[in-house]
Amino acid sequence: MPLRLATQVTGTFVALAALASWSVADAQDDAAALQTAVLAGSCANCHGTDGHSPGAIPSLAGKKEEDLLKALTAFKQGKAKVTVMTRLAKGYTDEQLAALAHYFATRE
Amino acid sequence: MTTRRSFLSLAGAGLALPWLPRPARAQAKAGRVIIIGGGFGGATAAHYLRRYDPQLEVTLVEPAANFVTCPFSNAVIGGLRDLASITHGYGGLERMGVRMARLAAEAVDPAGRTVRLAGGETLPYDRLILAPGIDIRWNGVEGYGPEAAERAPHAWKGGPQTALLRRQLEAMEDGGTVIIAVPASPFRCPPGPYERASLIAHFLKTSKAKSKILILDSNEEFSKQKLFMQAWEALYPGMIEWVPASQDGKVVRVDAASLTVETEFGTKHKAAVLNLIPPQTAGRIAVDSGLTNEAGWVPVTARTFEAAKAPGVHVVGDAAVASPMPKSAFCANAQAKVVAATVVAALRGLPAPEPSWANTCYSLLAPDYGISVAGVYRLEGDAVKAVEGAGGVSPLDAPPAFRREEAKFAVGWYQAITQDTFAG
Ligand SMILES: Cc1cc2nc3c(=O)[nH]c(=O)nc-3n(C[C@H](O)[C@H](O)[C@H](O)COP(=O)(O)OP(=O)(O)OC[C@H]3O[C@@H](n4cnc5c(N)ncnc54)[C@H](O)[C@@H]3O)c2cc1C
Ligand code: HEC
Repeated sequence: MPLRLATQVTGTFVALAALASWSVADAQDDAAALQTAVLAGSCANCHGTDGHSPGAIPSLAGKKEEDLLKALTAFKQGKAKVTVMTRLAKGYTDEQLAALAHYFATRE
Repeated sequence: MTTRRSFLSLAGAGLALPWLPRPARAQAKAGRVIIIGGGFGGATAAHYLRRYDPQLEVTLVEPAANFVTCPFSNAVIGGLRDLASITHGYGGLERMGVRMARLAAEAVDPAGRTVRLAGGETLPYDRLILAPGIDIRWNGVEGYGPEAAERAPHAWKGGPQTALLRRQLEAMEDGGTVIIAVPASPFRCPPGPYERASLIAHFLKTSKAKSKILILDSNEEFSKQKLFMQAWEALYPGMIEWVPASQDGKVVRVDAASLTVETEFGTKHKAAVLNLIPPQTAGRIAVDSGLTNEAGWVPVTARTFEAAKAPGVHVVGDAAVASPMPKSAFCANAQAKVVAATVVAALRGLPAPEPSWANTCYSLLAPDYGISVAGVYRLEGDAVKAVEGAGGVSPLDAPPAFRREEAKFAVGWYQAITQDTFAG
């Protein structure tokens, strides 16, 4: 929906007030959004809510999507010398890792 | 799964933003969610319900003004931190619009959908989330009741018990034996007793070097065992003795007055400081509400974590039977987020999201020595399953720099999870 794109661009919800009608497509979007949020929920436990880390574990929010995905892929393939992410990334499909990279890249 | 068009992922900062389309919100009936228990499970659920859907009326029932965490309480017991540094308030959640009911819940009526608070007030709900943590099974070890716990602290709930055990260790004379008695699994925080032994050893090594620690265990093996034993040999040689059940480690009786324990085959041990970790059950409200099994825990439907005996009542955290997920703060937090999304979906008429959970338990063995065990979990059929090939423990052959990194990340984890749980 065009108005959703407006939301995407501005990053605010002001545009929502102009939403004319609610449709099945919106419900599908909401369900998908909830699904990604569920997937990302376990990451917040270490990386902070929405990837804003208050401590020593790196923040993820707003990092470049391709960098995040590259890191996650390297973790999954066991190519990175790290402490815990290799063990965790192996638990997700490539599609899930892509969704996670997109999710955290789009947090402000 | 496609997320490209999803609203939440397109939106920027997610804090307390009404991400559901307005017309949908206008159409939806008001949702009232009550959460019982403001620990890792309950506080996280309150936080995420409000994040996902700020239209929801979310009430958190918790009698305590502050929450003292068990995570990092072993660091307090070992003298590395003070109690204030592991104490958290509910101000962040209140700013998120969570309503606090500062009383204990006394009874739940799943059929009538109400919760009765201490004092008699009754609150109606559309969905209930129960996160009462554990209660001690008094007399599960003969002679161990609330009075005995004042002499022989369990310190398995954060707060005064934590402070008491710390004071006893400070007052103990050099050369004494600290006994840690471990109950049979399942119990809250599988690596907890061994992390505690490590940090007590760290304290004793630096200030009372002739003292010893005796772990009397009701089990045959324990979490991250090889890593712990390797570290004990390197860091605290000769200080920690571990006795498994088969070698008469199971404590069955205690005399708190003389700080003496008796094991299954009749051996008596006298302690200078006795940390008796007793058998546990789900928090009393879950037991009193008839939700528990014979072992005292709440069986749940894996997809929604609704109590098998009371659909509509979601149970998260230590109280629930969620094996192979351990009873950890990490899992309580992870389960609560899935349940928050599940509840929002149900109240909005959306399909229930597919669950995804994870766990990582860090243990600190010394200030600069950390280890971890991790797991990723998903729903398979109607059961929780660990994703194969993922997770596992820290490598056994890692250099000191690796242990230092994990010690640093353990602290980072604590900061992140407490922020994520208490919204600030
Ligand atoms: C020594 C120790 C170290 C630990 N270290 C770690 C660690 O490093 N990492 C980790 O992941 N986990 C750790 N844990 C485990 C962790 O503490 C628990 O798994 C976690 O607290 C479980 O969360 P919960 O929400 O189920 O219960 P809790 O966090 O205990 O919260 C329960 C809350 O419910 C409230 N409540 C109970 N009954 C009622 C009622 N009737 N009405 C209203 N409120 C009620 C209580 O007051 C309490 O605030 C540790 C545990 C111990 C003992
Ligand atoms: C147990 C804590 C923990 C959890 C849970 C966790 N991470 Fe990490 N993450 C770390 C640590 C620690 C690092 C640093 C690398 C290392 O040592 O593993 C890291 C690094 C990363 C990095 C690289 C960041 C950078 O800038 O270098 C990405 C990307 C990442 N994690 C994504 C995720 C995602 C996505 C999830 C959820 C599926 C997740 N993490 C869950 C602890 C965690």
